[in-house]
Amino acid sequence: MKRRTLMKAFAAALLASSVHATGAMAEGTIRVGASAPKTGPLAGGSAVTYWPAIQLWVHDVNERGGIDVGGTKMKVELVEYDDRTSNEEAIKNIQRLATVDKVDFIIPPYGTGINLATAPLIAKYGYPHIAVTAVTDGVDEFAQRWPNSFWTLGTSTAFATTLVDLLKGMRDKGLINDKIAVVNVADAFGIELANAGKPAFKEAGFDIVYETSYPLTQQDFSPIIQAAKAAAPDSFVAFSYPGDTFGLTKEATIADLPVKAYYVGVATAFPAFAGANGPAAEGVLGAGGVDANSPAIKDFITRHTEVTGQAPDFWASSVQYASLEVLEQAITRAGSLDKQAVVDQVHNGEFDTVMGHWTFDGNIIRKFWTVGQWQGGVFHGVASTGIGGEVSPVVKSGWK
Amino acid sequence: MNAFTARELRTAVIGAAALAAAALIPLADDGYYLSLAVNIALYAVLCTAWTLFSGPTHYISLATAAFFGIGTYTVGLGIDTLPFPLLLAIAAIAGGLIAGLVGVATLRLSGVYFVIFTLGLAELVRQIVTWLQTNFTNAVGLYVFTDFTEAHIFWMLLGLAALVYVTGWLINRSRLGFAMRIIGNDETVARHAGIDVARSKVILFMISGAFIGITGAVLAPRFAYVEPPSAFNPLISFQVVIMALLGGTSRLWAPLLGVIPFTILFDQVSAHFPNHTSLMIGIAFMAVVYVLPRGVTGLVEDLVRTRGSGRPATVAERAQP
Amino acid sequence: MDILVTGTVLGGTYALIALGLTLQYGVARIMNLANGENLVLACFTTFWLFSTYAVSPLLGIAIIAPAAFALNWLIYRFAMRPLVERAKNRGQLEVDSILATFGLMFIFQGVMLLAFGGGYYTYNFLNTPVEILGANYGLNRLVTLAAAAIIALALWLFLYFTRYGTAIRAVAVDPVAAGLVAIDVPRASAFAFALGGAVTAAAGSMLSTFYTFNASMGVIFTMKALIIVIMGGVGDVRGAVLAALLLGIAETAVATLVDPGLTLAATYALFIIVLLFRPQGIFGRSPA
Repeated sequence: MKRRTLMKAFAAALLASSVHATGAMAEGTIRVGASAPKTGPLAGGSAVTYWPAIQLWVHDVNERGGIDVGGTKMKVELVEYDDRTSNEEAIKNIQRLATVDKVDFIIPPYGTGINLATAPLIAKYGYPHIAVTAVTDGVDEFAQRWPNSFWTLGTSTAFATTLVDLLKGMRDKGLINDKIAVVNVADAFGIELANAGKPAFKEAGFDIVYETSYPLTQQDFSPIIQAAKAAAPDSFVAFSYPGDTFGLTKEATIADLPVKAYYVGVATAFPAFAGANGPAAEGVLGAGGVDANSPAIKDFITRHTEVTGQAPDFWASSVQYASLEVLEQAITRAGSLDKQAVVDQVHNGEFDTVMGHWTFDGNIIRKFWTVGQWQGGVFHGVASTGIGGEVSPVVKSGWK
Repeated sequence: MNAFTARELRTAVIGAAALAAAALIPLADDGYYLSLAVNIALYAVLCTAWTLFSGPTHYISLATAAFFGIGTYTVGLGIDTLPFPLLLAIAAIAGGLIAGLVGVATLRLSGVYFVIFTLGLAELVRQIVTWLQTNFTNAVGLYVFTDFTEAHIFWMLLGLAALVYVTGWLINRSRLGFAMRIIGNDETVARHAGIDVARSKVILFMISGAFIGITGAVLAPRFAYVEPPSAFNPLISFQVVIMALLGGTSRLWAPLLGVIPFTILFDQVSAHFPNHTSLMIGIAFMAVVYVLPRGVTGLVEDLVRTRGSGRPATVAERAQP
Repeated sequence: MDILVTGTVLGGTYALIALGLTLQYGVARIMNLANGENLVLACFTTFWLFSTYAVSPLLGIAIIAPAAFALNWLIYRFAMRPLVERAKNRGQLEVDSILATFGLMFIFQGVMLLAFGGGYYTYNFLNTPVEILGANYGLNRLVTLAAAAIIALALWLFLYFTRYGTAIRAVAVDPVAAGLVAIDVPRASAFAFALGGAVTAAAGSMLSTFYTFNASMGVIFTMKALIIVIMGGVGDVRGAVLAALLLGIAETAVATLVDPGLTLAATYALFIIVLLFRPQGIFGRSPA
């Protein structure tokens, strides 16, 4: 009996939602599709960076009355799917968005791998593919292969080399010595960064006293921190992913790792990082950064928190939002929903975004933030590829 | 070899016709429905290959992701230097070899240990692959750029499906198949009858592993970018087991009855409840387990029987637990 | 020496993760794939109690463990019992329970996603260093090790020195024979399943003080727990503890002396070695 009611409720819910889905289409709206993880290994990151930024943008656009398309204001309607962090699922979702829902535009997925797996499809249907959460050295090649694709967050090599330059600058000022420990997570971003970073450190005259890599599923970091501590470097650099960024930092706090520069990779820019580590976060360097003093960013952080109920990260959240501003402005300039016309506008236009002025050079944003540092509860950008507005890095003084 | 029976002939004709009909799908739609069809074909091949081994032996293998990933990586590593068909062959050999190694080490043990070991195998292989790549090459991600479209991949999967069915049918007719039926019914009896139980199981596991390896290789061009988390996604292993068990494993075509409805159900759920996929899939799943205790095949067989056209169950069927 | 201490601390954590499953799988015969989700749910609940009501995680266990006991009792009573009754043999039950708990795993995940979203969670509790033999260890980890020792000891005393504990062990050995000697098998199974759930939840509460968790990571814990349970011998508390310690020390040794990239390889090598020499697990009984 119980079982049957459960089944009935389930069937009814399915029916109700399908009616709803078809009934919601209204004339004069722009349908924008998004597919990204809501579950699976990458869900933790997309829940901070991807979904809230989109939610805020849709809210902002509709509050303004919609996007101006050839003189009429069109509201935005979001169609969202969960790709469960799986390529097959993501490909199918994009196909569904393009051929069944027939959305007007697609917000590219979350994560390097899934962005690349879906790029051929998005290109096939001619949508502008303004990728954000994909950091790889192949961007020039991809931009050539898929002329509709645009890359905004940077290249792994730049993330590593600007870090090396930053530490070199600190060393030349006598703030740190040339002993350094470099560890990395054995996964795409971590390995690319380590491969670019280690030779650059050596070339800059650093002495790598401890180096190792650890698997993605690693949960216990005390052996790594203990070994690094034993090697007594002044700088500790970990090209890490979210889980290990937190894990390494907790261990470093406990071990009272006596370093003057401490860098951890992805997720250092998450507000949860400061929340979890309290005073220990002060002075921690990490991947990303924003110009936290700019009024546009300050305003973005306030509104993001108001509308979505959570603070944005200090890295890709604002870039994600900027990519959507680019889409919006390109649509208005094209004056139509024609995909190719919008792609052409993105190619050639200059855009006014929360990140400042953006122009695409060969489909790529060449100026991006690479290193940030927690200073006084805010993650300030301390190194970039020429954005301007960097603050000077400070020496890490203890963990309390 | 004896000649085809009328029944076998009929099955072959129906099978070929179904396959030919399926092959026309890409001509009708090359968008979302084709992608859905590719996913169905993918899991149909994986589940059937899985059933080749797990059906008769009752061992639950969770190693699918390991073989699949090995196949994907073979293509990722070799796509720039070797022709694609050769890579498929290498993927088959690699998958088979790993299956052989694992089989020799664990198939003498009872079922539970095998489940756990295979569960970890994908993680293990993934860790070793990543470790080798980090220490001896420059990047973990590999690019696979080919001219294959979804339609090509779909046709390759259909061809592979045909191959799996034919292999399964040949095994059934062979001494190995006969041995497996006896082992499945009672291992002790089989051993007394002079059957090398362990060897038979290992061979079957290798065949299954080889097919799964090829499937991974075929799918690699679809991903464009091959990296360990997607190639060795443990979810693949689970979904294969679930779909095959829901379909039923007593016959070669039974998993198909699990794959088709469940790929579509999963798909509908994720389309209509993007924010509650997990919850809905979980509820649907529990409901199915309780409502269809013997899988979809069981339901179909019950229906056939109640309609009165029931033929008496074969020995093999009655022996199924 | 460092390796031994760090390894023991890690092994204690693993023991906590595995103890609940060994009861559920060994006695109630349910291979519970939702075990890790049960653990993560406890992490979230502990976090929630701590951050909204300032309930200390140690005190939180007193609330969470009984709640988990009740929840798992209900799960067994309404979701697992029908499967046990319908199964004709152990293999059938294994297949059915894998399928059912797989669904359960998704439901748990879905509920956590609804309540907490997909983001990462962590908080600070007893995150102060304690010096042992010249190296620092987190106080929260040492407390967890102590909790593991207490829970394991309590379980052992209960199973080996009380009447009801003996009955439960009898069910683990042979449910049919246990029924013949007037043991209420369904009740004992439900009790073992619920107790296992409570222990797992207690483990979650402790782990949440030093792990970063999110709604999708339960499967990592399930895998670790399964390996340990099989290595130790299904349903044997002593075996599970020993296997967990072995694993903790082996992983730490490999991470420190060889390469942190090969810890999993070490785990499986150890697993294979144990199974080749003692196919029934360290303390397991030979199959009949």
